[in-house]
Amino acid sequence: MSEDMFEDDEYQGDIKKFMYVNRKAPYGTIYALESLEVVLIGAAFDQDVSLVFMDDGVYQLKKGQDTKATEMKNFSPTYRALEMYDVEKLYVSQDSMNERGLTEEDLIVPVELKSADQLAELMEQQDVILSF
Amino acid sequence: MKYAILVNEGPYTHQAADTAYQFAKAALNKGHEIYRIFFYHSGVNNGTRFTSPPQDDRDLVQGWSHMAQENNIDMVVCVAAAQRRGIIDKDEANRHGKDCDNLAPGFRISGLGQLIEAAIQSDRLMVFGD
Repeated sequence: MSEDMFEDDEYQGDIKKFMYVNRKAPYGTIYALESLEVVLIGAAFDQDVSLVFMDDGVYQLKKGQDTKATEMKNFSPTYRALEMYDVEKLYVSQDSMNERGLTEEDLIVPVELKSADQLAELMEQQDVILSF
Repeated sequence: MKYAILVNEGPYTHQAADTAYQFAKAALNKGHEIYRIFFYHSGVNNGTRFTSPPQDDRDLVQGWSHMAQENNIDMVVCVAAAQRRGIIDKDEANRHGKDCDNLAPGFRISGLGQLIEAAIQSDRLMVFGD
């Protein structure tokens, strides 16, 4: 396929700013897994996407998740694949990390740590916010 | 204003389902347009016609169905979330070899792309959840 053809295939409509806010622990409820499914499907629409992890949602990105004993699927490797879907803006609440004794080194992907004020400012700039 | 609505919780479990329904009704009464209502997570349980609440309680599923039919609203249940929770239409029942289907009138089953597309097409996406 030539590069010209690839250009022609690109979505031509308006691009909106989509933010997915992940607030829940990865296991215990299905919110984190089903939120990730929306992000992956949504990536096909070529929108301006960012993800926020806050409250217990920061545990979704924790290294070393072992779900064998609970018979749940460990879906955390999928967060490492987000880059291939051009989902590269991952914001994490600094407050939520501090409250849980976590640092960037505990996370499986590179993120940008943000204060509550900075997150509020980012949210203000969005067209669509999906909160899970 | 053109609204898209996302319902993330089931009826009789979480107030979010009722609040979404009341919001949709109020928006229509005020003359706003509802581009689509999308049901996700346990919100897909709003779409089963097998729900039988006690007679002295509200019938939320019937409320959704009437609202959709009277106002010609597109109400979409997420296929992946629905399959996990046993909400199926005739086609899905045939495909998965089930002996009946339970999707309520006014609802249809489709993919998550319908949620993203609705958010793009509408002025506002309203999310009702936990």
